Amino acid sequence: MSLSAPGLDTALDTSTVVTARTGRRKAPRAGLRRRMSFDYVSFLLVFLGLPVAIFLIFVISPFVQAVYYAMTNWTGFSPDMDFVGVENFVRLFQDATFLQAMGNNVLLAIVVPLITIVIALVFASMITVGGPSHGQVRGLKGSSFYRVVSFFPYVIPAIVIAILWNMIYTPSGLLNGILGVVGIDTNEFAWLGDARTAMGATIFVIVWSMVGFYMVLFIAAIKGIPGETLEAARIDGAGRFRTVISIVLPQIRDNVQTAYIYLGILALDAFVYMAGLNSTGGPGNSTLVMSQYLFRTAFEKGQFGMASAMGVVLAVITLLFAAIVISVFRLVGGKDEGGRA
Amino acid sequence: MSLDTRAAVTIDPKAGARPTATKSTTSDKAVGGASHIVLAIWAIVVILPMLWTLIGSFKTTKEIFASPFGLPENWNFDNYVSAWIGNNFGGMFINTVIVVGVSLVLVMVLGAMCAYVLARFSVPGSRVIYYLVLAGLTFPVFLAIVPLFFILQGMSLLNTLPGLIITYVAFALPFTVFFLFSFFKSLPYEIQEAAYVDGASEWRTFFQVMLPMAKPGMAAVAIMNFLGLWNQFLLPISLNTDKSNYVLSQGMASYASSAGYALDFGEMFAAVIITIVPVLIVYIFFQRQLQGSVSQGTSK
Repeated sequence: MSLSAPGLDTALDTSTVVTARTGRRKAPRAGLRRRMSFDYVSFLLVFLGLPVAIFLIFVISPFVQAVYYAMTNWTGFSPDMDFVGVENFVRLFQDATFLQAMGNNVLLAIVVPLITIVIALVFASMITVGGPSHGQVRGLKGSSFYRVVSFFPYVIPAIVIAILWNMIYTPSGLLNGILGVVGIDTNEFAWLGDARTAMGATIFVIVWSMVGFYMVLFIAAIKGIPGETLEAARIDGAGRFRTVISIVLPQIRDNVQTAYIYLGILALDAFVYMAGLNSTGGPGNSTLVMSQYLFRTAFEKGQFGMASAMGVVLAVITLLFAAIVISVFRLVGGKDEGGRA
Repeated sequence: MSLDTRAAVTIDPKAGARPTATKSTTSDKAVGGASHIVLAIWAIVVILPMLWTLIGSFKTTKEIFASPFGLPENWNFDNYVSAWIGNNFGGMFINTVIVVGVSLVLVMVLGAMCAYVLARFSVPGSRVIYYLVLAGLTFPVFLAIVPLFFILQGMSLLNTLPGLIITYVAFALPFTVFFLFSFFKSLPYEIQEAAYVDGASEWRTFFQVMLPMAKPGMAAVAIMNFLGLWNQFLLPISLNTDKSNYVLSQGMASYASSAGYALDFGEMFAAVIITIVPVLIVYIFFQRQLQGSVSQGTSK
């Protein structure tokens, strides 16, 4: 879930990237089995029962209910609802606006991770192996400054980032001001108000906010590569570029894959960014995403059955996306499977 | 931007391949210099909007429109005062502190307890719970949002701070449990056994022996959770629509959208700064731990 709750998700989901590896370890088997006593039973009831109850009531049961509501024509204001089967889904896939929103989401899910990861990887490589080409493989001097600065947007609330950039993009905002100083007269161009630039401007904002985090993640991964491996490559005559392509990339492939999945999930949601940049869906719905449409259908039109169906579609696309990324990565790098992990 | 950076890296493939050189070669300088330039440009791209906001928060709207770079004529806190009092960002700030503070304490305690049991005891069904937690991490919140609305309504918790708190706790639990699970798993069993031998109850063993040992992991998760909850947006805007209960993130959005282009920019900038300051403080103080916790998973 955290994957897509804006805000909560930016922090949570990305940080699970971190835990993904440790968590993959074998789940508990050799736990302690204790005698039944008042102490032990009360301990279990509170320690396990309380959190699990909260989790089941507020997280798992809504998920399950949503799947049921998706097959009803419920409007929420009357207790009666009819079971309509897959009718909601059929209508969704005939709804041009929804399809457009879905297309925008798919575009975001492909482009945002790609750009973010390429920039983050380039920066991380510069910082870790960009140092002198003799002796040990070293990083760039004074790189911690860049790390601290670029990580900063990650901690700012995504909605604030979006509103901030909304102001930067306004006709009299910072961007046109800078372009004016450089000598490009933009004629008070509204970057978010034009269907040609709205999507690009939006993508840039998401990339801007995420690059630092993934840079730090990749730096950590690259530092985890054994020094001997990098030195061996150097002795064999590999330059920095070659080292990055042939040694570093295959070694951190798992991290890149996880990053791709999490960024893609973020892009499939994108609600919080859109809410701050173009809350109405942008010119000609050019930046409308499914989550926005869902929110509107539920809380403005009150079509809760329909909105739940959209939620199901969103969830299915999210899972499909993860599955596709995993299989693509397996196909591409199948041979050196198990390089380090 | 991305194109530049790629070009900068590809400059050196041939030149860099001189392993026998003993001092900095020209190619070293070229690569180092180019890297510094590219990274510095990115740093500017990150800092400039922040700086613009900070300076703008002291300017009048007229000054902001006149020139994006000019300094304010007189530095005063007028915008902050009107945002804090006039637009009730002060009240929202307090709401946010209450909601985030209480949820954070609750989710850390509950999450640690749950992770501890799952990681160290063989309880029937613990596997199932573990997989449910994973599911909670994977599915989009948007799937849950409609039923959640009616569950809270049914409990008369809709549009109340306690309702928001319990939802925050529930949705932060999977991450907390998942992260702390591996942490508790890695703690030595001998110490737990020793506590039992010394006659400590299960409760005491946890609170006085195991929990203190888990401090580093708890700190890392708590920081992440603080940021995540402070920045939460979807849950408050759908489940907490009573204006007097607004939290900062939703207040910002509603202020920005209600005013549209007629927005008081100076005041908006001040509100942005008010929202950012707490996370900025956390970031500055815990910068090392935060980046450390990001790296933890990768270094195994």
